[in-house]
Amino acid sequence: MSAPDLAVESNLRALSQQADRRRPSLQRAPLEGRALRSGILTGLTWIAALLAAVPLFSVIYMLFVEGGSRLSWETLTALPPSAFDLGGGFGNAIVGTVVMVGIATLISVPLGILAAVYLAILEPDSRLADTVRFLAKVLTGFPSILAGVFVYAVMVVTMKTYSALAGGVALAVLMLPTVVLAAEQAMAMVPKKMKDAAYGMGCTRTQVILKVVLPTGASGILTGVMLAIAGAAGNSAPLLFTALFSDYYLSSLTEPTASLAILIFNFSGMPYDNQIQLAWAASLVLVLIVLAFNILARLIGRQKY
Amino acid sequence: MHANPKMTAAGASTAPAPVGNGVVMDCQLQKVFYGDFLAVRDSSLPLEKNKITGFIGPSGCGKSTVLRSLNRMNDLIPAFRFEGKVTYHGQDIYDKKVDPVVVRRYIGMVFQQPNPFAMSIYDNVAFGLRLNGFKGNLDERVEKALQGAACWNEVKDKLKNSGLSLSGGQQQRLCIARAIATEPDVLLMDEPCSALDPIATRRVEELMVELKENYTIALVTHNMQQAMRVADTTAFFGVDISQGSRTGYLVEMGPTKKVFEEPEQQLTREYVRGEFS
Ligand SMILES: Nc1ncnc2c1ncn2[C@@H]1O[C@H](COP(=O)(O)OP(=O)(O)OP(=O)(O)O)[C@@H](O)[C@H]1O
Ligand SMILES: [Mg+2]
Repeated sequence: MSAPDLAVESNLRALSQQADRRRPSLQRAPLEGRALRSGILTGLTWIAALLAAVPLFSVIYMLFVEGGSRLSWETLTALPPSAFDLGGGFGNAIVGTVVMVGIATLISVPLGILAAVYLAILEPDSRLADTVRFLAKVLTGFPSILAGVFVYAVMVVTMKTYSALAGGVALAVLMLPTVVLAAEQAMAMVPKKMKDAAYGMGCTRTQVILKVVLPTGASGILTGVMLAIAGAAGNSAPLLFTALFSDYYLSSLTEPTASLAILIFNFSGMPYDNQIQLAWAASLVLVLIVLAFNILARLIGRQKY
Repeated sequence: MHANPKMTAAGASTAPAPVGNGVVMDCQLQKVFYGDFLAVRDSSLPLEKNKITGFIGPSGCGKSTVLRSLNRMNDLIPAFRFEGKVTYHGQDIYDKKVDPVVVRRYIGMVFQQPNPFAMSIYDNVAFGLRLNGFKGNLDERVEKALQGAACWNEVKDKLKNSGLSLSGGQQQRLCIARAIATEPDVLLMDEPCSALDPIATRRVEELMVELKENYTIALVTHNMQQAMRVADTTAFFGVDISQGSRTGYLVEMGPTKKVFEEPEQQLTREYVRGEFS
């Protein structure tokens, strides 16, 4: 090839490259390095997500398979059977759990929200706030049995009896940090300009909190409360030292009280088929109660505006 | 400088005398600090009834600071300190006996960023009325405020929708409706159009001109044309860097036409001309 030809060729190539730049190819190139890497990583995250979901779904599957068959009006209302009896149920444990979680919610939610108001709005940068925040974070990872031992020392010993009240307080100790941190987060996320608007309208600080910050943060607060309730309802360790158990329906808040968590703990270790089946059914009921609460909370707390 | 008719009279008449077409508010600011930083000094601004007073000047010269001093919004900033006097119908709003919360109910504010509450459009407008324990016909007042803010037609069919679902311009007019629903005496507006497109801006400007029939308005703006279009009186702030710090101060205040066309101060002339050339 002669020199001028080469020149023409390179000119042509330059021209076509220019054309390429003006009209680049936008088609997918799935095997190109970047796309390939992205594809592989996406695949890996999928696999990881599936693996993480396996235990979750197998637990729920097992609960339905093992516990579903024993679910009936009788199991939901009857008292627990004694060792060799057939039939029976755990009505008293359902009542006990609901009552104790209720007490815990009544204590921990107002207290937690008030603490969160302090942390998020009143004195967010004070040393007390830093300390409380730090302790709340530590307490979320607190072994739940210690909450039981603590309340045992404070309430059971002084009242000289195991009780629903003590159980409720122990669960409240467990719920409090979760409620505080979630509520603080929800309130801190209310934009400053919204608070400024309220002050600009002539709101006092209390009115800003009650009329703007709490309603705006309500759904976030509710989510935190539900999370705390779910955690408390399934926890047996703190109740072991505070509410103990009872074979009868609750008649007073100051006597030992049955709960689903303890019933499951007791019955699952027994060498009788009937009790083991009941433990499965009780587990299923516990999960369903927590689930129902969560769905309810989502319906109520759905961000309206 | 603009003559200040109320300078001496303000101290004499302490009773909240109904002022005719006179000065509703008179700001005699000596020093305003954020911590140790002297942000604004020596500025005297009378706000006249049923007039729009525009605040112009370079960024950081303290326009917002002065405006927010007029209803004690700056009290929310812990480091803020005000030296001087702001009289409102003859009362010094920085007097120890004065409750800033009450001040803000008479002197309303519209912010630079639209900031509706996370509630329905209706509740947004009714907010201040409910706050003040309004007992009359709420629906009527909400409609009137939305009409007044020129957004009734756009929102009348969706009063139950969230205030946050509106466009930026609609949100800003909703905020104006919210501010005027309680019929405050004075409206402070801090660059109310900076987040709006030209058409929405024009509507808000028309609105301001209508509103001044009933209110006294102070308007911070970066837009010279806007100041020329709507402000009756213009206050030009400058920055003094001679002390090694950046301190804002009032350079000149007067009828808008005069400030823009034949200002007394060289600084004003340069700023106004610079903005246009
Ligand atoms: N919260 C604050 N804390 C400390 N300094 C502040 C605060 N707000 C404003 N300043 C300072 O005060 C000075 C005046 O600020 P200001 O916001 O009043 O200016 P401006 O004229 O409104 O400016 P712009 O036109 O950019 O809005 C600036 O130097 C600013 O840095
Ligand atoms: Mg500003």
